[in-house]
Amino acid sequence: MKHRALLIVAGLIGAVTLVASLSVAAAGTTRPEAHAAPVKSAAIAPPAVPNAAALKAKYKGQSIQFIGDAAVGSSHKRDLKLVAKFQHDTGIKVNLLPHPSGSDAAYAQLARAFGSKSSKPDVMMLDVVWPGAFAPYLLNLKPKLGKVSKQFAQGIVQNDTVGGKLVAMPWFGDFGILYYRKDLLKKYGISAPPKTWNDLFTQAKKIQDGEQKTNKNFYGFVFQGNSYEGLTCDALEWVASAGGGNFIDNGKVTINNSKAKTILDAMRNQIGKITPRGVTSYDEEGARNVFAAGNAAFMRNWPYAYAANLTTPVKGKYGVTVLPHGAAGHSVGTVGGWQLGVSKYSKHKDAAIEFVRYMTSPKVQRFNAIFNSNVPTIPSVAKDKQVVKTNPYLTPAIANVARVTRPAKYLKTHYNEGSKDIYQGISQILNGTPAGSVLPGVASKLNALVK
Amino acid sequence: MSAVAEAAKTARRPVSRSRVLRRSPVGRFLIKLPFWLLIAAIFVYALFPFYWAIRSAFTPDSEQFSTPIKYWPAHPTWANFREVLSTSTFQHALINSTIVAGSVTLFSLLIGSLAAYALGRFRFHGRSAVLYLMLSMTIFPQIAILGALYTMINNFHLYDKLGALIFSYLIFTLPFTVWVLTSFMRGLPGDLEEAAYVDGATPLQVFYKVLLPLIAPGLVTTGLLAFIAAWNEYLYALSFIQSPDKYTVPLAITTFVGKSGSTFQVPWGQIMAATVIVTLPLIAAVLVLQRRILAGLTAGAVKG
Amino acid sequence: MSTVATPAAPPRRRRRGSKLQRRQTRIGWVLLIPALAVVALVAIYPLGKTIYYSFTNQEFLQGIEPTKWVGLENYRTLWHDTIFRTAVWETVKFTLITVSFEFVLGMIIALVVNSSFKGRGAMRAVMLVPWAIPTVVAAQMWKWMYDDVYGVINDAGVRLHIFSHSHAWISEPSTALGSVCAVDIWKTTPFVALLLLAGLQVIPQDLYEAANVDGASKIQQFWRITLPLLRPAILVALIFRTLDALRVFDVFYVFFGNRPDTQTMAIYAQSTIVGDGHVGYGSAVSVAIFLIIGLFVAIYVTVMRVSGGDD
Repeated sequence: MKHRALLIVAGLIGAVTLVASLSVAAAGTTRPEAHAAPVKSAAIAPPAVPNAAALKAKYKGQSIQFIGDAAVGSSHKRDLKLVAKFQHDTGIKVNLLPHPSGSDAAYAQLARAFGSKSSKPDVMMLDVVWPGAFAPYLLNLKPKLGKVSKQFAQGIVQNDTVGGKLVAMPWFGDFGILYYRKDLLKKYGISAPPKTWNDLFTQAKKIQDGEQKTNKNFYGFVFQGNSYEGLTCDALEWVASAGGGNFIDNGKVTINNSKAKTILDAMRNQIGKITPRGVTSYDEEGARNVFAAGNAAFMRNWPYAYAANLTTPVKGKYGVTVLPHGAAGHSVGTVGGWQLGVSKYSKHKDAAIEFVRYMTSPKVQRFNAIFNSNVPTIPSVAKDKQVVKTNPYLTPAIANVARVTRPAKYLKTHYNEGSKDIYQGISQILNGTPAGSVLPGVASKLNALVK
Repeated sequence: MSAVAEAAKTARRPVSRSRVLRRSPVGRFLIKLPFWLLIAAIFVYALFPFYWAIRSAFTPDSEQFSTPIKYWPAHPTWANFREVLSTSTFQHALINSTIVAGSVTLFSLLIGSLAAYALGRFRFHGRSAVLYLMLSMTIFPQIAILGALYTMINNFHLYDKLGALIFSYLIFTLPFTVWVLTSFMRGLPGDLEEAAYVDGATPLQVFYKVLLPLIAPGLVTTGLLAFIAAWNEYLYALSFIQSPDKYTVPLAITTFVGKSGSTFQVPWGQIMAATVIVTLPLIAAVLVLQRRILAGLTAGAVKG
Repeated sequence: MSTVATPAAPPRRRRRGSKLQRRQTRIGWVLLIPALAVVALVAIYPLGKTIYYSFTNQEFLQGIEPTKWVGLENYRTLWHDTIFRTAVWETVKFTLITVSFEFVLGMIIALVVNSSFKGRGAMRAVMLVPWAIPTVVAAQMWKWMYDDVYGVINDAGVRLHIFSHSHAWISEPSTALGSVCAVDIWKTTPFVALLLLAGLQVIPQDLYEAANVDGASKIQQFWRITLPLLRPAILVALIFRTLDALRVFDVFYVFFGNRPDTQTMAIYAQSTIVGDGHVGYGSAVSVAIFLIIGLFVAIYVTVMRVSGGDD
């Protein structure tokens, strides 16, 4: 009878192997990548490495490890192409390892590598809120890349400068924008997308009331309201655009002020009215699913949604603009995106720096923007005609919106904890507690962390 | 007593009224109705989400979340399946997961049944202590022992190798394998062993030839549960495996990226297609084999 | 033939001095060597390290602060930690609800598959399908099924007039716990059903036949024959399900993120260790979780009074 157990295991293995081999057979010939992909990848090749000959002479044969983007998809293809080109031109061998999917796991992976003073990885992708935490383990890039960094968006460069050291180079940027339904604005006689939050609430209500007569699932506004890091991003936009500061300004905790209170209470009052009640459990895709199916008039999201929505029912019906602002403020967008850093334990520091120089160079950023819709962090690249064609949200008005960064610089290694205090507080507010009773508690927690 | 005599005996007994009700066709229907409703409710509860997964796998991305909801996809497509099966990561993942889950199951069954033999058929001090020791192994939250496990795996040079997973999955498969098989072993009557010993068998032969066949349902059940638990495990796979060609299935599924090139986008259709691809063969295989096992069991179970 | 009726304890050997007993002991321990080796190799170090960390102020990002021994300070802080207390209460509520439902449903399913009921073949599929889907995928799938705009549960419920309107099951505090319980029950009832089925399969049929002859009703047979003989299997199923329920993580994380009012113990441990980076304090939390689970196990074993305790 023990044979029966073996039989089962064998049966399962057989079934799985069968499927695996069928899939290999099915994969057969390489398929052309983009049937419905909006990004035209075929036409562009990764740029050559400038002064490759000199680099070859100096560093040929050295090998570095690069922790790059996701393991599958066009981001991976982009990484592969760039790495291959760099290797070919300079003779420096680059071992590409995708980072784990999931921000926690990627952070933990790096934390472990740094904690054990491992010489690998040499170059790694850093989320925009990590330089503050990892600064003690990162190489100061200012000597070699300081001059180059002047062409980058200075807000991000400042975010990546900790204690005077430039610990990371901005690679691609992300920032919050407002998506709106052009066709519905026209239908209800609204001439332009909202400039202030109150405008947004009014417009959203008008459209929602009209649309709900025929579509009970329609709502005015969706955003990232779940109790997670994304909420810190959205809330920062609300508060900063209302003149309420950036949660922590110049080292001082400023989140508990009247302007912040006003805008947060205003948002709280709209939950369930112009937003679905479930918005407090939405992440990026949760909100996009609603908008993309045609069930929302306005959505706050990252630029990725522009390309992602091109294969959905709202294709051609939506436009983008900067987010609204409060009465006393101006429009802002929270900075997202990724940087490249070099480990200070690396055994091939110079080769690694040259790799970073290449990957963040204007030509490569242009390639990234066209091939993979990555938002460039060099303002001049964002003006390139081809780039704007593939990324229509990079109109001058939007590309030049003021960027705000989350307080990672001040919270340093306590950023995760501090952000959690912030988003848990905001989540409480959105779920019904008045801001006045939540913000003082959040402020005192943050004060303990900033010290 | 012969069947005829038994039947005659029953026929002569006075029949109660509830018996009459139970025997009439209407009565039987009425009694069975809530039961059937319950069964139907269980079916819907258990299988509807899977139906929904299949439906989502065949739905193109543009219609995934559209309202009003289509219970049958308006434009069914194979596109998601094609996308999933053509990524080499997923193909490798199927094989990796099979290797890991298969090995873990075999090890658990082997080690577990030996331990269960000791704990269930022998008397000595410390049996309970061992059982509870095994249990305590599995009580800590996964995240708590992750750091120390990581250090150990590095020291054994198992990082980024499938061996790391086989090693760590034993933490949760071995304890319940031992517990379940021990309770089966304990439930067996003693005379079969006695007879075998009298015939001159060694303890190992008694184990292999006499007891193991008798606890077959236990072996099958724990083997199945161990296999599926190891197959679906996510956190340790995420932490100990780095190279995409060593990803297991749950890892591979969560790395699917949509066409926007951004890691924000969750290509739900592909994920559902992948889920269907890995689940259907599993279920089919077990359904086919379970029939055989149940048949064999009732025939060869506890011999009188 | 009569020994079939009652499952016997392990064979009683007449104690001819202590020679046989010693032989039994020796063979017993030898057979346990592989299992104990695995425990020593795989578990002792991680568990020991966790307990050790709970007495220190270890941080995830090392090198920031030197790690030093802090004795019981973590535990003192934990005692006053109201967030942890809320998390414990949430987790216990979750456990009580899910384990009860899973037990009842699992028993029903196991009985159906074990009987000659006509639908049992399809029931076998029911037993396996939810268990076979990876938890990370299942959790996300259910989350989108619950959505108040495009979720199928609301849609079907409204169409069938079970609900009057769409509910935000996950966001509303009153339905949040229930929504997540439904998912866990769906996912892990198969585990209980499979274990109980295995236990049912070794109950000899003759017992039921004898009971039929004696005129016992199905219900009496269930209480008098099935349940008692199933006790070991029930104990194992309950212990392991409770263990897993008290450590629940994935489905809560996908549904709620780090929402303060729906944190479970494991989510709190995770956010303390990885999010905040306080490995020392997080380890103390883990040890507390360990003790709480141990308490439940002790309760079960005492109540069931099965031979897990005799020695």
